[in-house]
Amino acid sequence: MNSAPPPPAAPARTPTDWRSPAMQRRIRHRYAAERRFRWLGLGAVSLSAAFLVFLLATMIAQGANGFLETRIALPIDLRAAKVDVPPARLAGPGADLALAGAGLEGAVDAAANAAFPRAGGAALLSDGAWLRVRDAVKRDPSLLSRATTIDVPVATDIDVAMKGDGTPEAEGVVTALRARLSRGLNLSFFSGADATDPTRAGIWGALKGSLFTMLVTLALAFPVGVLSALYLEEYAPRNRWTDLIEVSINNLAAVPSIIFGLLGLAVFLNTFHMPRSAAVVGGLTLALMTMPVIVIAGRNAIKGVPPSIRDAARGLGASPIQVVFHHVLPLALPGILTGTIIGMARALGETAPLLMIGMRAFIAAPPDKLTDPATALPVQIFLWSDEVAKGFVEKTSAAIIVLLAFLLAMNGIAIYLRNRFETRW
Amino acid sequence: MSPLALVFLIAALALIGWVTARARALRFRAGTTQRFSSLPQHHGWFVVLCTLLPPLLFLAVWHFTSPALVTDAVLATPGAAQLPPPGFDRAAVLSEARRLAEGSGYGAFHPLSEVLAPAYAAAQARFDWIATAAALLLAFAGGAFAFLQVRPAFSARTQVERVIMGLLLGASLIAILTTIGIVASLLLESARFFRIVPIGDFLLGTHWSPQVIDARDPGASLGAVPLFWGTFFIGAIIAMAVAIPLGLLSAIYLTQYARHTTRRWMKPLLEILAGVPTVVYGYFAALTVAPAVRDLGVAIGVRWASSESALAAGVVMGVMIIPFVSSMADDSLSAVPDAMRDGSLAMGATPSETIKKVLVPAALPGVVGGVLLAVSRAIGETMIVVMAASGVATLTLNPFASTTTVTKQIVDLLTGEAEFDSAKTLAAFALGLTLFVITLLLNVVALIVVRRYRESYE
Repeated sequence: MNSAPPPPAAPARTPTDWRSPAMQRRIRHRYAAERRFRWLGLGAVSLSAAFLVFLLATMIAQGANGFLETRIALPIDLRAAKVDVPPARLAGPGADLALAGAGLEGAVDAAANAAFPRAGGAALLSDGAWLRVRDAVKRDPSLLSRATTIDVPVATDIDVAMKGDGTPEAEGVVTALRARLSRGLNLSFFSGADATDPTRAGIWGALKGSLFTMLVTLALAFPVGVLSALYLEEYAPRNRWTDLIEVSINNLAAVPSIIFGLLGLAVFLNTFHMPRSAAVVGGLTLALMTMPVIVIAGRNAIKGVPPSIRDAARGLGASPIQVVFHHVLPLALPGILTGTIIGMARALGETAPLLMIGMRAFIAAPPDKLTDPATALPVQIFLWSDEVAKGFVEKTSAAIIVLLAFLLAMNGIAIYLRNRFETRW
Repeated sequence: MSPLALVFLIAALALIGWVTARARALRFRAGTTQRFSSLPQHHGWFVVLCTLLPPLLFLAVWHFTSPALVTDAVLATPGAAQLPPPGFDRAAVLSEARRLAEGSGYGAFHPLSEVLAPAYAAAQARFDWIATAAALLLAFAGGAFAFLQVRPAFSARTQVERVIMGLLLGASLIAILTTIGIVASLLLESARFFRIVPIGDFLLGTHWSPQVIDARDPGASLGAVPLFWGTFFIGAIIAMAVAIPLGLLSAIYLTQYARHTTRRWMKPLLEILAGVPTVVYGYFAALTVAPAVRDLGVAIGVRWASSESALAAGVVMGVMIIPFVSSMADDSLSAVPDAMRDGSLAMGATPSETIKKVLVPAALPGVVGGVLLAVSRAIGETMIVVMAASGVATLTLNPFASTTTVTKQIVDLLTGEAEFDSAKTLAAFALGLTLFVITLLLNVVALIVVRRYRESYE
């Protein structure tokens, strides 16, 4: 039980003197570096957030005016202008045609020329001003037989000047007519389609086109995406073919969107001769793009369903199809829906593939069928951003606000669904 | 009968089949304790499938074959004898006659087409009736056959489930079909392009001006090197110079320093950046950032400061990519085992020393993979460069000068007024193919890097 030989005498060690000035300096330096690094990180986060805030603030500041219009109080006497339409026709569906045929547009221009001879007369009014008079007459046919004053939208240069960014002469007109000008919500922005005159341009046409496109995308991408996620996750044997399917789905999710546009152009338009600029082709193209997103989200959701559920169902005699469709799919559905909505939101904001298949034409009427020429909201934003007329700047930003509102709503719904229905096992 | 009405009729037949088959199956189940392999609705669904599938398949095939049959019938009429010989004129007359027959034409340019239009309408009507009758017959025969199968011993469930399995398999094959479609369409059109322009001229030429193509030597003005450089310059250099530091530092701050509540708010906020549509970024870049960048360039004395500079497009693209880099970095930082960090801290290293010397090196492969994916996304990004970058291809290192990218040129080439078969439009497909191959390679490399790294810690 001898103890080990005593260790050789260690060389005399002086403990580190943490209080020495050199060490204190070193520690100070290290702590300063620590603080610097921390501030750097905070700076990076704040800078990124600042970008976002700046982007949104710019859009809102520019776009808020796009929802407003400037109106001018136009004294008009339709009696004198001999616009004479029998009251019976004003009530029926032919009222618009009847009023247009009776020379209402000319009467409105003449009224403007008479009321504002020095300020430019009819040139003061928007191209769509007479439509406002038409609607007023339809509401109140007695206007045809008495003198009245109607608020009508002004031309774009006056509108821009009223919002504080116009040419000197337009500014002059605005100061001269101040008392007659007023601001109001531009309802035709929500009900109109594309137009060459910014005061008449609206987003309903593009919104409807987007809606049609999204319908086609959802109708195709959702079932196909869910079914193939089910197959890959639940039934597919592990072999070379399954690997091939998996690799191509993962790759498709990373392929640039413009390539899908080229595919749509080459296959749907040039090979199958589908109609150009149609919502159905846009929907097909975006469906191919969205499908992989849904498959990947769907597989993750299906993976999250615990195996015990499947085992229990199998134990009670359910067939493989019944196990999946009666038990796994309903439990995975919230997750799948969340992924679908996020994929659809991405498709809604997508522009490049739609440009490739020709959804960039000037379309002045909202589409009525899936095969009608249509445009989509993001494409409309792109088209307006190219316009020279100054009035389109605020319209573009206003359309962006609408698009962002839609995307925000969709993502909000997705988050709500996830928090409300997703079960953690 | 309109196609929609026909489909509705067939669907109605299927519904009747479902109800009757289910009723029949219920009847033979009543009063016995015998066990059956199929539920009554399985029999119903079996009848539905047998009623629907054959006529729908027939109609799909018919849709593609009937135009040729109709044209043949029209050619057999006496009026067709005066048709010009096969070629462009003949096709034009025939298609005009068809439009007239459908009622969508606005008057005839060729007098002959007015002669042929009634023949067209008659042939079309005749074939439509044949198709309708055949489809209904098929539906009825299929339904009747299936209905006769409804017997206690018949396992309708197996049959129905077999069809569902086929459906599932078919759905997952669509992904492969899409890939094949992309590759085939890009390859075929590019092959036609490379028949006009030698591949060497395209990949190595340094002069790009598709507006003026010399018909004798189209390759001389279709050299894509300036586009490749512009794409690389904007997407891989400028954008990454913004996205990598900001994304990485954000991820480090949010995972290592930020309090839990801050993290819970900031992470989704940053992800909004990724959710903003690219057309919005493009508009922002063109309207706000580009003029500011030009003014900056002028202020520091750059002579050729362009209002369509590479810098403006690149910076905005970088901002768009920040959340992408940040979430990839976040994932790989959290995958580093806690023991490594705790060990480093226990040795007296400050948190920043731990991050710089332990965490980041350990997470590096994941970060690199994430950056490669980000680059692949940046060079495939279209709308920002379409709206903010210029269309003039220049080989320059000056970030204030104008440069163009592959995606911008694809859009410019295909949205012009050119006919489809010109070298100009085909060039877009060659560019698309190049883009596809490069992004594919980047993705594959990134996945390999990420996967190899994951294995080392799990």
